[in-house]
Amino acid sequence: MSTIDFDDVSHAFGERMVLRGIRLHLTEQRIGIVGANGSGKSTLVRLINGLIKPDRGTVTVDGLDVARNAKAVRRQVGFIFTNPDNQIVMPTVAEDVAFTLRRRGLTPIQIATRTQAALERFGLDQHADHPAHRLSGGQKQLLALAAVLVAEPAIVVADEPTTLLDARNSRRITELLLGLSQQVVVVTHQLDLLADFDRVIVIEDGQVVADDSPAAALSAYRGLLA
Amino acid sequence: MIGLYSPGHSLVHRAPMLLKLVLLSFAVLGVGLLGELWQLSLCLFAVAALFLVARIPLGAAWKQIGPILWILVVAVPLQALFAGWATAGLMAGRLLIAVALAALFTLTTTVTAVLEGSQKLLRPLRRWVDADRVGLLLALTLRCIPLVAEIVTEVIEARRARGTQGSLLALAVPVVVRSLYAADAIGEALAARGLDD
Ligand SMILES: Nc1ncnc2c1ncn2[C@@H]1O[C@H](COP(=O)(O)OP(=O)(O)OP(=O)(O)O)[C@@H](O)[C@H]1O
Ligand SMILES: [Mg+2]
Repeated sequence: MSTIDFDDVSHAFGERMVLRGIRLHLTEQRIGIVGANGSGKSTLVRLINGLIKPDRGTVTVDGLDVARNAKAVRRQVGFIFTNPDNQIVMPTVAEDVAFTLRRRGLTPIQIATRTQAALERFGLDQHADHPAHRLSGGQKQLLALAAVLVAEPAIVVADEPTTLLDARNSRRITELLLGLSQQVVVVTHQLDLLADFDRVIVIEDGQVVADDSPAAALSAYRGLLA
Repeated sequence: MIGLYSPGHSLVHRAPMLLKLVLLSFAVLGVGLLGELWQLSLCLFAVAALFLVARIPLGAAWKQIGPILWILVVAVPLQALFAGWATAGLMAGRLLIAVALAALFTLTTTVTAVLEGSQKLLRPLRRWVDADRVGLLLALTLRCIPLVAEIVTEVIEARRARGTQGSLLALAVPVVVRSLYAADAIGEALAARGLDD
């Protein structure tokens, strides 16, 4: 597994402090992050691949400072967003998956082979030539997963990947994420999906208020909500 | 292209994109030089044959060519009035062939092929233009067409659901705002996929 380190990380948007003195050492394979709306979860996970640079402190992935090596880190860290529509760049399903592999020094044949394998893995090979924007919500999120995993990142970060999906697709995407050989960091509001995680972190008002096994972290979180 | 692509493995699909583009250009120019109706009729048959070879579904072909037929229904009698039926027929034939060939090109060519082709074309200019960037820009522009269309539909539906009617401005503002948010999110997703350089 990789190691993600937050060393005294703080971040503000304008006047508003969104993260305060976060210290985390993440080495587990399946890490869940929960917390109320606006508590800072999205900001926290966006720091992992340098989409946001911290105001104070450093975030490192396997020792690499994310703020300074964003490009190298992004090749290691795949990111899944809540709304797969925003992640789709190319018109057809296969083209969108292949798009991730551009500029990686692969031959067209290698790209085609890896794209085909990723599509099959996520049950999208029937839709290879279909317009990506006409897929169902669940299929679009599968496409987003395929497009990220085709590049074989070491870490997969997902910010509420199932929020827009129905219960069945939520479960499917969560199971796929949990079944990956990669290290995964998942932000979610669907607490029932967290049982099989190795570690769950509760964020409240920009701080870590619980960091434990799913059962213990969730009971702390429920206490907070009560 | 743009979701118009009609998947297939025919000769027309597999032909190199640049070859298709060159042939398309020459055909459109050539048809412009033909002065006899029987020549144009032969060409129309040839174009129809190409559609058959490519196995384009009738519905997909109609979607592309249908609109131009409506225009011709109005334009041909008008031109016949001023310039005679022969000239009107020539004009109609040329237009129809050009539109049908262009449609055949879009129906059988993926955006990826167009991107790669344009990159090859731009290669001699690489000291001044980043072909990859131009290609990416093109892809994103194409990507935005269905996205904005979807946003417009949703905004219209939301207005209808709330029973509001309003000026064009009242429609444009939420569409622009939402498009900008979407553009922001797509930019972020591009960066996450390592394509922001
Ligand atoms: N780009 C930004 N500019 C200004 N403020 C921002 C920006 N992004 C987030 N914020 C603010 O930072 C705070 C934390 O936002 P963040 O998105 O990290 O929360 P979250 O825990 O992901 O919430 P949610 O569960 O609603 O997704 C919020 O108050 C939000 O308004
Ligand atoms: Mg969030």
